Amino acid sequence: MFYVSIFFQYASQYMKTRLTYRSDLVVELFSDILFQAVNLIFILVVFGHTTLLSGWSREEIIFIYGFFLVPYAIFSSFFNIWDFNERYIVKGEMDRVLTRPIHSLFQIIIERMELESMFGVITGVAIMFYAGSQLGLTVSWYDPFMFILMVAGGALIYAGIFIILASISFWSDSRTDIMPMMYNIGNYGRYPVDIYNQVIRYVLTWILPFAFVGVYPAAFFLGRDEWYFYAFLTPVMGLVFITIAVFAWNEGVKRYRGAGN
Amino acid sequence: MYLEMLRIRFLMMLAYRTNYYSGILIYSINIGAYYFLWQAIYGGQESIQGLSVVQMTTYVAIAWMARAFYFNNIDREIAQEIQEGKVAVEMIRPYNYLGMKTMQGLGEGLFRLLFFSAPGMVIVWLAFPISFSAEVSVWGFFFISLIFSFIVNTQINLLTGILTFFLLYNTGLIRAKRVVIDLFSGLLLPISFYPLWAQDIMAFLPFQAISYIPSMIFTEGFTGGEVYSALFQQAVWCLILIVPIQILWVTARRRLIVQGG
Repeated sequence: MFYVSIFFQYASQYMKTRLTYRSDLVVELFSDILFQAVNLIFILVVFGHTTLLSGWSREEIIFIYGFFLVPYAIFSSFFNIWDFNERYIVKGEMDRVLTRPIHSLFQIIIERMELESMFGVITGVAIMFYAGSQLGLTVSWYDPFMFILMVAGGALIYAGIFIILASISFWSDSRTDIMPMMYNIGNYGRYPVDIYNQVIRYVLTWILPFAFVGVYPAAFFLGRDEWYFYAFLTPVMGLVFITIAVFAWNEGVKRYRGAGN
Repeated sequence: MYLEMLRIRFLMMLAYRTNYYSGILIYSINIGAYYFLWQAIYGGQESIQGLSVVQMTTYVAIAWMARAFYFNNIDREIAQEIQEGKVAVEMIRPYNYLGMKTMQGLGEGLFRLLFFSAPGMVIVWLAFPISFSAEVSVWGFFFISLIFSFIVNTQINLLTGILTFFLLYNTGLIRAKRVVIDLFSGLLLPISFYPLWAQDIMAFLPFQAISYIPSMIFTEGFTGGEVYSALFQQAVWCLILIVPIQILWVTARRRLIVQGG
């Protein structure tokens, strides 16, 4: 209960700060939409030169992209820890976080949330409905529940990967530029994994399982039953990765000695 | 003195070099994934818009490696210094603030070119079919073009950074600028892949001077007279962009509002 009330207090404070600089908020929402459009444009331009991507049509790829946007929006609203090392370890901010009465990871999440990213959920669902209607997909009674489950799994996988990467900072406090690049790798899970070779497919499935935040769960809604096994694995992978991540984080915090002043 | 600033930034980056090796690995996965994606897009086709699959792979690889050189975060640094009020102190120092920022960006870029792009390119060359030109002149033109792309990109970054003086809070604009550059500079897709009407619009924008031109020179997608006119186009943009920077800078200094600090 305590955590819930803290969360809402931070959320309301956040709204107030954001509304102070309104023009920037508008630009930021606009830039989010632009960002989502860029990837759509990429798909559209590419399909201007080809009709099928190893057996997947343009609308199917667009549908996968729409699905991807939803867990990604949730992830980017709450897990802005890509600059954790610089912001918290190098500048010594972690000392302050550790004196707070709530779990350090939770403290960082609520400090760094960017609620306006949730807008991506709307764009994502809209894109899915558009592509779905083009493909003639129908919505069954269980689809919304599966959707929530898959989205939760995807968001947890994203969160897990980034928390693990952030935890590395506890062991090596030098700067890494890995995190921004990870965002790029996340994009490859949006394409049918059968276009990649074994190594990359393996990496995208088991090591950096971004394929579970795109093509696998979306295959379920597209009725591609050859991928059902992986689709159903999505929530499991989410739980596994978030567990590893929290464990790595807790171990890391124990080792934290502080840097700077 | 400006050389000294360049040197210091270079040495600062050198201190953190170990983490760059993991960065190279991630970049290689990145390029690898793009390689397979493009193979799937080409399907059986020999060439799209005059580029073969091998040229396309080379294009992607060089575009990302060149990005390591011209890319920098000085827009965010400037925005932060303005918000923290440090910029007032910087302004009374006996050097040109924008010149200093440019030099820091160059130091960072040179570091990445030597320790990141060069070894990265070798790895990518071993792993994927990439064609390097045997002609010395192609390499020469490429490096000239790369310098121009650094200048244009830095100028755009300076412009975005200075705009913080007017907007006060600038993260949205910085993000929007990044997305626009990724798309319109030709990093994700060669400009020639776009529909003609879009190409016509982009011809009036400075962005293709950043990535499309050096990459096309390197892959020999541009030959003969095209190279000279492309280089000329870059040079023109370098000169044109000086005007808005100077105007904004002079105005900004007059209406400086220090936000705390």
